[in-house]
Amino acid sequence: MAVNLTIDGKPVEVPEGTTILKAARMHGITVPTLCYHKDLTPTGNCRICVVEVTGQRFLQAACVTPVWEGMEVKTHSERAVGSRRKTLELMLANHPQDCLTCDASGSCELQDLAYEYEVEVPQWGYKGTRYVTDSDPNPFVRVDFNKCILCRRCVLACEEIQARNVWGIGYRGFEEVIVAGADTTMLDARCESCGQCVAYCPTGALTNKMSYGLGRAHQVTKVTTTCTYCGVGCQLDLEVKDNRIIGVSSNPDAPVNGMALCVKGRYGYDFVHHPDRLTRPQVRRYLLEGGSKSRQGSSWDWVETDWDTALDITARKLVATRDTDGPDSIGVLTSAKCLNEENYLMNKVARQVIGTNNIDHCARL
Amino acid sequence: MAGLATSFGSGAMSNSMDDIANDAEAVLIIGSNTTEQHPVFGTMLRRAVNKRGLKIIVADPRKIDITEFAVLHLRHKPGTDIALINGLMHIILEKGWEDTAFIEERCEDFDAFKETVMNYPPDKVAEITRVPVEQLYQAAEILATNKPMAVIWAMGITQHTVGMRNVMSLANLQMLLANMGKPGSGVNPLRGQNNVQGACDMGGLPNVYPAYQPVINEEAQKKFQDAWGATSSLKVGRTVTEMIPDAAEGKVKALYILGEDPVMSDPDTNHIRHCLEACEFIVLQEIFPSETAPYADVLLPGVSFAEKTGTFTNTERRVQMVHKAVEPLGEAQPDWWITAELAKRMVAAGGGRQIAAGPYAGWDYADSDAIMTEINALTPSYGGITHARLEKGERLQWPCPNVEHPGTPILHSKQFSRGRGKFMPIDHVDPAELPDADYPFFLNTGRVLYHYHGGEMTRRAQGLMEVYGQPLIEVNPEDAARLGLNGEKRVRVTSRRGSIEAEAWVTDRVPPGMVYANFHFPEASANELTIAALDPVAKIPEYKVCAVKVEAVK
Repeated sequence: MAVNLTIDGKPVEVPEGTTILKAARMHGITVPTLCYHKDLTPTGNCRICVVEVTGQRFLQAACVTPVWEGMEVKTHSERAVGSRRKTLELMLANHPQDCLTCDASGSCELQDLAYEYEVEVPQWGYKGTRYVTDSDPNPFVRVDFNKCILCRRCVLACEEIQARNVWGIGYRGFEEVIVAGADTTMLDARCESCGQCVAYCPTGALTNKMSYGLGRAHQVTKVTTTCTYCGVGCQLDLEVKDNRIIGVSSNPDAPVNGMALCVKGRYGYDFVHHPDRLTRPQVRRYLLEGGSKSRQGSSWDWVETDWDTALDITARKLVATRDTDGPDSIGVLTSAKCLNEENYLMNKVARQVIGTNNIDHCARL
Repeated sequence: MAGLATSFGSGAMSNSMDDIANDAEAVLIIGSNTTEQHPVFGTMLRRAVNKRGLKIIVADPRKIDITEFAVLHLRHKPGTDIALINGLMHIILEKGWEDTAFIEERCEDFDAFKETVMNYPPDKVAEITRVPVEQLYQAAEILATNKPMAVIWAMGITQHTVGMRNVMSLANLQMLLANMGKPGSGVNPLRGQNNVQGACDMGGLPNVYPAYQPVINEEAQKKFQDAWGATSSLKVGRTVTEMIPDAAEGKVKALYILGEDPVMSDPDTNHIRHCLEACEFIVLQEIFPSETAPYADVLLPGVSFAEKTGTFTNTERRVQMVHKAVEPLGEAQPDWWITAELAKRMVAAGGGRQIAAGPYAGWDYADSDAIMTEINALTPSYGGITHARLEKGERLQWPCPNVEHPGTPILHSKQFSRGRGKFMPIDHVDPAELPDADYPFFLNTGRVLYHYHGGEMTRRAQGLMEVYGQPLIEVNPEDAARLGLNGEKRVRVTSRRGSIEAEAWVTDRVPPGMVYANFHFPEASANELTIAALDPVAKIPEYKVCAVKVEAVK
């Protein structure tokens, strides 16, 4: 059944059961939101999306109010905008004034709304921090509930995306706060450190600990790629600054995983810049000195060398083995960590250049 | 893979993760620790349970995390998968739940199969598997009456001396119930590594060229001879599990190893060390000085996934772009560049091997896109999968034979790749090594959520090490009490092949009489203990079952 209504004077037709927010978005009309996220069940608790509906005594939360026949909606009436401003003012009154140094600056939805609605911290506002910053020992998630606006996206992300139910609401009234488990640490509350809560947090309340202080939204380049760990094939964005990966963020368009990632995909990237990385070709000294192979003493030492030397030595040894003992005296192990293109070349070098079918990889292991 | 190839003609996962999560009414998870090994797919299944009541049955000796979301957990004895599946199929036939029309129209060899299954009545199966008869009936009813039903497995099924037969048993089950070729059904082996599917697809196997064109097939040989100007013989090559042991016997003299760490990942580490020591020349292309590096003669610095552009193929045959994000560290080079440079030099050195002219004989590649063009030409299932299409955002799962083709999310929908699905009569066989008086425990091995395989990468990720920083051996509380372990204490686990010491994690995740160890940490790797007994066809080692003794370290 289709329902006809007007939004900001524009007649629109949407299926029955559609919310005002969805109806507006379907027709290109912007209604600001904060606690709402398209992946999560709407809760209508932040009151930023309130709109005026003709004939209704109270403003309606667009994210949870279904449309009805003949409804007249004003998304930016004076009353709606005034209400949003007051709501934002109340949020900012209870929010640290540290945008200058906050990691979320530039990707903070509260900051964007304050900017759009020209709301500043009220003079009667901010009484100082109420919670310990970086309050949870989880090595990946930095928790600062001073910046929490109680939108509950983290609670829903954990419940509906990760299905782990780590986060919940504790205490009541002004004391209300997000808690892990029965107000314990995240890991004790069986957190899997997937970081879904961070990905959905609209402010700086939950941020990535490994990225803290290393760069903000406008300073990083995001490169979309495919995860290097398991076979699920999650896509993600590597955040790069000064030729260094400083973090990983969800890419909502990822075909397999959407916003979801696991602990390794989101937080297991620092091996890339680990000091143990091999950065120059190395050969055993006996190969440079032309002697025969010996595992004794200095002839077995590694010597760093250039690509030409290392590749020439390798090519010479492999060709000699192939010609002396036959192609099947050489084995080739390709890699399930490497690209298709690289595996294809390993198959080609084994079969064309060496002439053997002795090629395999860790599929069996 | 060999198992599914026998039953259906294609060894790949038949369905896609999202159709299983969205459309399956039930799933059987057997030998897959899904939430830890394929975590995001694990969460998709958990979501399906919460949102729409997906019924999960887990068959696993361990109480893995996904059992919390299961309607039933069959805790069978290690190495009794065939008896368990046969037992379930026996009940399905007894109740008349099989799909006769599907069996007649699309399958063959049903009678011999049925005869075998009839030898597995519930009482006998309960005795072999230790799963109570009532649970067998419950499981059979859930699996048979909730359609579509998908079977999901991983290495817990394949890493047995009967790995291939385990797989064929699961194929039998899905044919019996006609759970093939539609959303939410199918046979779904979850591939472990990010690009293990692609490595197989690209001919990184001893028996096939790219796209599974058999090396024993003269036509395939001619195709590659013509394309490359030279190719290999018609004889199937050695698997990794044969190649390395053959080094100790002097049959393999040199190894070219790309990003693989046999010392960590192969069974029976002591023997592997011996074999690598015996090998005359090893070139290792790696990003870290791995545990295998001490045995190498040359180390070539490759790069990580973040430093190169190309493609990976995921477990559901989906080909996706990998994009370079940072410059290679130091003088490291993309692995395709290294392999091509090495090949050029070997070709230039000439020697006893002639390479004729051919359209794809050369080794000059400007980038990985140029390599993909060659793959498109020689790999029928990748014929239409180009970087350009992927960069445009097209979502492609092979087979995708040409650039107009939209890809294939579900296999076997009209008919099986081999024509008719082949029922195979499969009997239970005991694992190669069972507990006895000297080695009274089962050892099961695998990975944990926070680490990956040999651990070369994850042991160098600081946060992961903070959460899981040392190897833990899972010991059941009853065994712990008997061994005199109070809380967290160190244990020594010994098999006929080696011994490790590590901290015990006393937990009912493992049943009494079984311990579980991982192979992420060189100081106590499970593979010091594992047995190199192989499946006779698939040549996969029996990592999931061997016999050990366990002692408290005083």
